[in-house]
Amino acid sequence: MGAIDTLLLIVGVVIKLVVVFAVAMLHVAYATYFERKVIAHMQIRLGPMEVGWHGLLQPIADGVKLLFKEDVIPAKADRYVFMIAPMICFFAATSSLVVFPFFEGFNLGPYHVGGALANINIGLLFVLAMSSLGAYGVVMAGWASNSKYAFLGGLRSSAQVISYEISLGLSLVGVMMLAGSLNLTDIVHAQERAGMWNFIPQFLGFSIFCIAALAETNRTPFDLPEAESELVAGYFTEYTGFRFALFFLAEYMGMLIMAALGTVCFLGGWNPIPGLEKIIPGGVWWFLVKVYTLFFMYYWVRTTLPRYRYDQLMSLGWKVMIPIALANIFLTGLWKVYFA
Amino acid sequence: MEAAEIDFKPLETKTITVSMGPQHPATHGVLRLVLELDGETVVKCTPYVGYLHRGIEKLSENRTYLQIIPLTDRLDYISSMSNNIGYCVAVEKLVGIEAPPRAKFIRTMVGEMSRISSHLLWLATHALDIGAMTVFLYAFREREVLLDLFERLCGARLTVSYPRIGGVRNDIPDQEWLDVLKKFTDEFPDRMKEYETLIDQNRIWLKRTKGIGVIGVEEAINWGLSGATLRGSGTDYDIRKYMPYDAYDQVEFEVPVGKECDVYDRYRCRMIELLQANQIIRQCIEKLPEGPILADERKFVLPAKDEVLGDMEHLIHHFVLVAKGPKTPVGELYVSTEVPKGELGFYIVSDGTGKPYRMHVRAPSFVHASVLGRLSVGHMVADVIANIGTIDIVLGECDR
Repeated sequence: MGAIDTLLLIVGVVIKLVVVFAVAMLHVAYATYFERKVIAHMQIRLGPMEVGWHGLLQPIADGVKLLFKEDVIPAKADRYVFMIAPMICFFAATSSLVVFPFFEGFNLGPYHVGGALANINIGLLFVLAMSSLGAYGVVMAGWASNSKYAFLGGLRSSAQVISYEISLGLSLVGVMMLAGSLNLTDIVHAQERAGMWNFIPQFLGFSIFCIAALAETNRTPFDLPEAESELVAGYFTEYTGFRFALFFLAEYMGMLIMAALGTVCFLGGWNPIPGLEKIIPGGVWWFLVKVYTLFFMYYWVRTTLPRYRYDQLMSLGWKVMIPIALANIFLTGLWKVYFA
Repeated sequence: MEAAEIDFKPLETKTITVSMGPQHPATHGVLRLVLELDGETVVKCTPYVGYLHRGIEKLSENRTYLQIIPLTDRLDYISSMSNNIGYCVAVEKLVGIEAPPRAKFIRTMVGEMSRISSHLLWLATHALDIGAMTVFLYAFREREVLLDLFERLCGARLTVSYPRIGGVRNDIPDQEWLDVLKKFTDEFPDRMKEYETLIDQNRIWLKRTKGIGVIGVEEAINWGLSGATLRGSGTDYDIRKYMPYDAYDQVEFEVPVGKECDVYDRYRCRMIELLQANQIIRQCIEKLPEGPILADERKFVLPAKDEVLGDMEHLIHHFVLVAKGPKTPVGELYVSTEVPKGELGFYIVSDGTGKPYRMHVRAPSFVHASVLGRLSVGHMVADVIANIGTIDIVLGECDR
């Protein structure tokens, strides 16, 4: 490989990184807008209406506001840990983006542009690893703030993320078994070949995945780490300005990752709904439609359900979700042995 | 080589003390709870009150009986109408006058409207505290209709000061007002179904409320609980039934009683009370008699403005009432009424002048706040929030 090729490779990767990061950030920003609008209309109100047409510039205004706010670090806080914690959260959430295949990939002259930034063979494992890394940021934030509310929030969050990570991982084992691979692109191709998206044969896994994803991203009804009525704001009680924004972005990025993971593993990735491929061929738009459908489910659940109590959440995670996820693996194994 | 001596000490766990409030999203005002936590379990919960103390009792000693009405607005500002009525009933009993039938029915009607609006706010915040956000906004939609009606009735939405000693300030504005209220009462049961769809049989809601904050019948009475908090704990004590005032002896309603004495039962009780209050309003609209709205008692009731301007005698009455206050018999009395939060009592010591010598307000919120520690010990932090909701306190009334 010549020097020019290497240079092209590097330039290509940088361009792809910038594009994916920028587009993902934009989607995260507008996911907050989408959430506010959806929830508002479910609750017979209008949501943001002031900034821009129907409040369309609201996420940008929010971002600008947070950027210009004073960055307060409490006097008794562990300064450096306090400063690093939101970065860990944000980094862990964002880095998962690189393995997702958003579309099938296309040829640009002699070069093949892949649908994923890094089409690695342990993609699924990488996503799970990164999402659990985010728990460190939360625990560090809770500890370093030197506030009891933040501390309790951090404790709750770490316990929750660890317990639900198990069921999240187990719910995806069935998908791995069906695809025979941890590569996310392969998982999508396996669904293409099977002619059936995984949420049909893996409906148990999909249900467990949806519930665990809610818990993993601290969303209602599992939003205990930041339960407003109990812990004020949980682990980021003491955070202001852009550090707060980083947590906020990390949370929504986490939602995006979970929705994307659900799309890839259970909903056929970039493939169109069967029967519609003639009208709209497969591509990144189908991926986005599925991601936003899952987003909508997040919001729907948020408007509908109350919040679990800490111990109830734990017993649900350990006594219900994990056994079902294990049973799902067993059933998938039987199916593979006798029918496939 | 000798094995190193290791001194094994049992690991110690310490409880942590969390000061919850006075600024906290879920303490319904400025209640401060000092929680001693073992992990997430509450070992001790001590309520501290007084952050909203405005000295209403002391202020009353320097006001004539007529001037105290606006102060009572500020007790439980969610249901100021009920407080006004409670105070007026007490003073009427003190001076021995009675409101005319139409005024009684209007008072009963607006009192129940205030009960609905207060219970709706309770439902909204209770649900929001437990995490059901949508109920909050649904309940506020209905509350808005009632507040608009209050505004058309007397010009104020929250601090109404509408009832007067011996009646009410002014008559119902027009038939349209009654029609809007009638329409509201028609629609309200359907709205209730909307709230219940969201939470009533919701498994998370049941898990969060059943078996929480259990207090036995006897103990509830000993703690001095009243209102729906007591009825949800298994006693059918309702002052509207036991010592009827205004027109409560002429309307029919049921008093719901809880069996399990937990947060869920108290929630159910209040929900049924909402429907019962709706029924009472409907009956009041139907039975509303014609007639005067203020008692014809010149020594206690301010004359109308045109009478004051046209008649010497009325002018004198007006002057005396405003300057000195009504002349009251010497003595003391305690009169309680059933406000949305519970038993609101006014203990008035009169020395015969136009101002009370001493007025004590028996505020249900104050009594209920004291039981919080008893309800919360042994439960988790999240249950403290559910318990704050279930005792339904307003700190304006608690601190007075």
